[in-house]
Amino acid sequence: MKLLVCVSQTPDTTAKIKFTADNSQFDKNGVQFIMNPYDEWYALVRALELKEQVGGTVTLLHVGPKENEAVIRKGLAIGADNAIRIDAEAKSSLFVAKQIAEYAKTEGFDLLFFGKETIDYNGSEVPAMVSEYLDLPFVSYGIEMSVEGTTATVQRDIEGGKEVLTVDTPFVLSCAKGMAEQRIPNMRGIMMAKRKPIKVVPAVEAAVGAELVGYAYPPEKGDVKLIDADNMDELVQLLHNEAKVI
Amino acid sequence: MAVLVFAESLTGSIKKIAQEAVAYGYQAAQAMGTECIALTIGQADGAGDLGLYGAAKVYNVDASNDFDAQVYASILGQAANKFGADLIVFAHSSSGKSLAGRLAARFDAALVTAATSIPTVADGGLHISKGVFSGKAFATYALKTDKKVVTIAGNTFRPTEVGAAVAIESVSLDAATGRIKVKEVNTVTGAVPLPEAELVVSAGRGMKGPENWGIIEELAGTLGAATACSRPVADVHWRPHHEHVGQTGVAIRPTLYFAIGISGAIQHLAGVNQSKVIVVINKDPEAPFFKAADYGVVGDLFDVVPKLNAALAKFKANN
Repeated sequence: MKLLVCVSQTPDTTAKIKFTADNSQFDKNGVQFIMNPYDEWYALVRALELKEQVGGTVTLLHVGPKENEAVIRKGLAIGADNAIRIDAEAKSSLFVAKQIAEYAKTEGFDLLFFGKETIDYNGSEVPAMVSEYLDLPFVSYGIEMSVEGTTATVQRDIEGGKEVLTVDTPFVLSCAKGMAEQRIPNMRGIMMAKRKPIKVVPAVEAAVGAELVGYAYPPEKGDVKLIDADNMDELVQLLHNEAKVI
Repeated sequence: MAVLVFAESLTGSIKKIAQEAVAYGYQAAQAMGTECIALTIGQADGAGDLGLYGAAKVYNVDASNDFDAQVYASILGQAANKFGADLIVFAHSSSGKSLAGRLAARFDAALVTAATSIPTVADGGLHISKGVFSGKAFATYALKTDKKVVTIAGNTFRPTEVGAAVAIESVSLDAATGRIKVKEVNTVTGAVPLPEAELVVSAGRGMKGPENWGIIEELAGTLGAATACSRPVADVHWRPHHEHVGQTGVAIRPTLYFAIGISGAIQHLAGVNQSKVIVVINKDPEAPFFKAADYGVVGDLFDVVPKLNAALAKFKANN
């Protein structure tokens, strides 16, 4: 099978989030970037497992400038066969989705893997957009998948439970926790990754969609009010009279 | 010109998230000087009541309730054109998110997901804000395309009665046969799905074992709250996977969140830090969760939780 895994990079989970003085841009200074965990742990690893089961190739795709190549190398070290970098700043989800779709439309991939969302903007937007641009079925929030021939059976998260469905390839899949287990690249993988090809593809013209106006910090949280363990009546009264939530 | 709201009814009836989407659509329509139209697909019990929350019209398309994003996006795309929708509103649910991106791509439209603000008219378009960086900041976007798409954060826009129930009108749109075959839908019946719950009682490793969850369920029962858990607890199957809140689980925004025996790792906070009020019960006064809490109780949960339950039961009996 010909498998595509789209990966994005995000600030590390523990990164301190700050903006430029006028709050118009995210301040990247001193921020450690990582491969988006959903893309790495679930989408990439599940694609590798599928390749191990049925054969084929796993291609990694990233939309971003050259300085993001560390993320691509990591994906290659984990086991992807080759990589595509579309040479453009990821201006918006719509822009990125168009780049991916333009590349993928003539490549004949059987399955396109994405993480369920990125941990910075939590939008869950790109895989849905790619599936629309390519007119493919979209299976979101997959937590388990088995593949027989060209038919996949996928279990997906829905509100308060699960749904089981079947779909034939090709389709777009977004992966949530449960789809696979994280793999740590070993030394051999890291060495091999240095020799694997990264093909650089120029970006196409694309709409940007929503335009960022600016950022704001959430209101400061006041100090915690501690209540004595033997005085739960007081806590109940505070929740009722002060917080007004019960 | 119109605001089109997809009022989802995947299990055959209209739930709170659809009412919230209509309430949002109504307020957006007020700001934009237009009207709010709700569209339902398949069986949608209770759809007429969407008029109460601001839908001027409620339409129904005769199609399967089995969700297929490709089919539903096609129906909604046709509806958006037919009704001249400038703004299309979805709940930020598993299906709403799957559709919003598709609609945005279909129209090359500006999209904001998990919006936390009602649109304001500005810059020849709309301004809408959302939480970013797992709740550590907010971003405001300008949407200037002809059609605009938004999903709205749950538990944020309260359905309030502004109108009267309306008759449902059927509308005929082309519903192509999809390629996805839904085999099974298993949802917890009777309970409020966690993302919709206003009150949530959540517990973690401090519980020491699944057999001790009785006190959590009692507390949730007294409050009328949903139960949730931290990642380690779901990982070892003490609690079902769908109860796991946090970065890799469900992100929730209840009005009241009880964190019991949960230390408050940053990945957990990412899923709950937009709760309105957080109460932390932990025997470790250094637990990081206290920094994110509004109210805290330092103590042994096996002692504190039954006392809290008794105090709440007394309060409920008197109010």
